[in-house]
Amino acid sequence: MTKSELIHKLSQQFPDMSLRKVEKAVDVIFAEISNALSKGNRVELRGFGAFSVRYRERRIGRNPRTGEKVEVEGKNVPFFKAGKGLRERLNISKGSK
Amino acid sequence: MTTTLTRADIVDNLVREVDLPRQQAIDFLEATLETMIVALTEEELVKISSFGSFNVRKKAKRVGRNPKTKKEAMITPRRVLSFKSSQYLKEKIQRRKA
Repeated sequence: MTKSELIHKLSQQFPDMSLRKVEKAVDVIFAEISNALSKGNRVELRGFGAFSVRYRERRIGRNPRTGEKVEVEGKNVPFFKAGKGLRERLNISKGSK
Repeated sequence: MTTTLTRADIVDNLVREVDLPRQQAIDFLEATLETMIVALTEEELVKISSFGSFNVRKKAKRVGRNPKTKKEAMITPRRVLSFKSSQYLKEKIQRRKA
């Protein structure tokens, strides 16, 4: 499912909202999560999961083509951990097939 | 200091920026998450451009060990979720000073 398919499905569930409004609302949700992460904050959505920022130490990497050593700076990376509710739902419906 | 954003904060933003009545904002956020969960259980991939993609991977059964009792136990095959953030989100987060 892509973002535009998500918007389409939501607009069917919220017929009194215009398509533009549904689009705006979906953008606000993901922008909020992104902004919180860019400030170093966590986002916790019970039943779905939690987004957080993890720090990766600087390390010596290698250019895969030349095999040359390069120093990779330490950096912050986004991280998502699925919540208990979501983990369980992934493993009931079709998971055991 | 790290603060934690929750549903309530996102709902506040939907009310303020999209001008939704509070109850509708609550319902909308819930429906968004629920629609994503259903899509993940059914088609195993949700791609949100400029945010990231969620993707379900299948794990085969394997023998694990209970770390406390050291007893071997069969770990059943399962599906796990992985999230890969978009280049845009990576850059937005990386820029922040640690």
